[in-house]
Amino acid sequence: MEPFKTLESRTVVVARPDIDTDQIIPARFLKGTTRTGLGKHLFAGWPDFPRDEGARVLVAGPNFGCGSSREHAAWALVDYGFRAVVSSSIADIFRANALKNGLLPVAVDEAMHRRLVARPGARVIIDLAQRTLEFEGARVTFAIDPFARRCLLDGTDELGFLLAQQNAIAAHEKERAC
Amino acid sequence: MAQSEPRTLFEKIWEAHLVSAETEETPAVLYVDLHLVHEVTSPQAFAVLRERGLKVRRPERTVATMDHSTPTTPGRFVVEDAQCAAQLAELQANCSEHGIELHALGSEQQGIVHVIGPEMGLTQPGMTIVCGDSHTSTHGAFGAFAFGIGTSEVAHVLATQCLLQRRPRTLEVRVEGRLRPGVSAKDLILAVIARLGMAGGAGHVIEYSGPAIRALSMEERMTVCNMSIEAGARAGLIGPDDATFQYLAGRPRAPRAEAWEEALALWRTLTSDPGARYDRSLTIDAAALEPTVTFGTNPSMSAPVVGAVPDPQSLQEPASRAALERALEYMGLRPGQRLLGHPIEVVFIGSCTNSRLEDLRAAASLLRGRKVAPRVRVLVVPGSRQVKRAAEQEGLDQVFREAGAEWREPGCSMCIAMNGDQLRPGQAAVSTSNRNFEGRQGPGGRTFLASPLTAAAAAIKGAIADPRELLR
Repeated sequence: MEPFKTLESRTVVVARPDIDTDQIIPARFLKGTTRTGLGKHLFAGWPDFPRDEGARVLVAGPNFGCGSSREHAAWALVDYGFRAVVSSSIADIFRANALKNGLLPVAVDEAMHRRLVARPGARVIIDLAQRTLEFEGARVTFAIDPFARRCLLDGTDELGFLLAQQNAIAAHEKERAC
Repeated sequence: MAQSEPRTLFEKIWEAHLVSAETEETPAVLYVDLHLVHEVTSPQAFAVLRERGLKVRRPERTVATMDHSTPTTPGRFVVEDAQCAAQLAELQANCSEHGIELHALGSEQQGIVHVIGPEMGLTQPGMTIVCGDSHTSTHGAFGAFAFGIGTSEVAHVLATQCLLQRRPRTLEVRVEGRLRPGVSAKDLILAVIARLGMAGGAGHVIEYSGPAIRALSMEERMTVCNMSIEAGARAGLIGPDDATFQYLAGRPRAPRAEAWEEALALWRTLTSDPGARYDRSLTIDAAALEPTVTFGTNPSMSAPVVGAVPDPQSLQEPASRAALERALEYMGLRPGQRLLGHPIEVVFIGSCTNSRLEDLRAAASLLRGRKVAPRVRVLVVPGSRQVKRAAEQEGLDQVFREAGAEWREPGCSMCIAMNGDQLRPGQAAVSTSNRNFEGRQGPGGRTFLASPLTAAAAAIKGAIADPRELLR
């Protein structure tokens, strides 16, 4: 995975709350067996989705990515060109899936969220090392799991870390007779 | 944590599965006892194993089925959709290559992944259970910590039998009193979701407790735990009790003889200790609940069937008002409109939420000797081959057919609409499934979520109806 450092981009705004993964990528596009080529089906059921192929940052309403665990939602957003999703809250499974695909989930406070929603197409600068999002001269910090942040900054993935735990896993299996 | 300190059920399961505890820098390494696999979210995970030259660490802890993209056409197991056929073939090849037990289309144990796990006795108290499917929370009904994961994590579990996890917080949903006649577990969980909201459970594991939960059968408990994710929760669980043990006794994969006695001794310790603290709590009165139906485009937008569609103007917050306006427009409903009598064209009885024998019995109890309303299509889709067989032994298939409903083969069917079963644009359906998102049951389809009883009542009336009127 390509390391994630800083990202400067204009935004695309979808302000609705509770955008579920069925909206991000409907189930009828889940029949494939690869991770690629899903960008063209992003928000397939939304004729009003503001398409902007050059934008890298999606600003969305609260509880973005709720519903199904389909990682296809993260794959579709990345394939379309997004590298970050900014909201006031992001659903748990989607957040985990996004992090594993170099798509940075950024939860900002409600005041900043309102400002971003009100200005579609505005430029933002996201600095992962500093954990900051900058917009129209204002800068907010966002929370991110330190381990996930390290993986993104280094461009590594969790599987490598888990594979290095083989001895501890074997010991657990022995101790618990499982 | 010292053993003497009171712990919740979730904490007991969590601690017993820690390969290594979390630190500020790294998440916990959590051991997975049972990994359930299906065709839609696994091919890309097996591809990761191939790319990296990895093996499945514990194939015997991995069980696969075909459910999401399989057709449910009665008596036929032919997959006409070429993409679905290729996806199913890939699962078959992956399972065969890695020595994973697979219940393929047409086989005796095939069915919806969250129906067959419990039915075979694979799902047991105290386990950690994962699957690339958000409704894995269903298995929490047995006092297991069960949760949905993405495909990258499916690869992690295949390769290492472990996941990297931060410990979720705990939320107790205590349900006092008893459900009244005609009010079911589905109505109960819809009420919980309405109270919590779509994100109310985020970051939490819900433990359902209280007399109303204790009074539920195992199948009803599965319905409750199944929809925990619709409130954003990581998982839902219920402490095991005699109902749990009776359900499991004699199941093909449950422990036997001495092993059963040993397991039982352990399982009896799997309750939240008196005085154990939850991060949050919510109390609901079961006796105040009524048959419930959703009116909007997420499962938190529900009301009693005897109620009315809310008015967006009553909402202060502009984003919520706009969301409700859009939902009502999508659903073809007017603010203030009564729900009773709203016409529907399709009824879907099935899905991992409500496709078990008791669900089918409930629906059949209203359809017996009655007819489906003219021009209403009713699909009854059992959750598994075993459910189908058991229902047929009781003659339920006859009841459904004589009423004018379709009796189909097991699968996810119209809940996911990627297998040929789907609504046409604009069609309204009362569905016993779990999601009423825009387009969930087919582009432009309008979904009203309800219990099997309420769905059967709607089938008879051709409109949203109160099942209590037909029970009298």
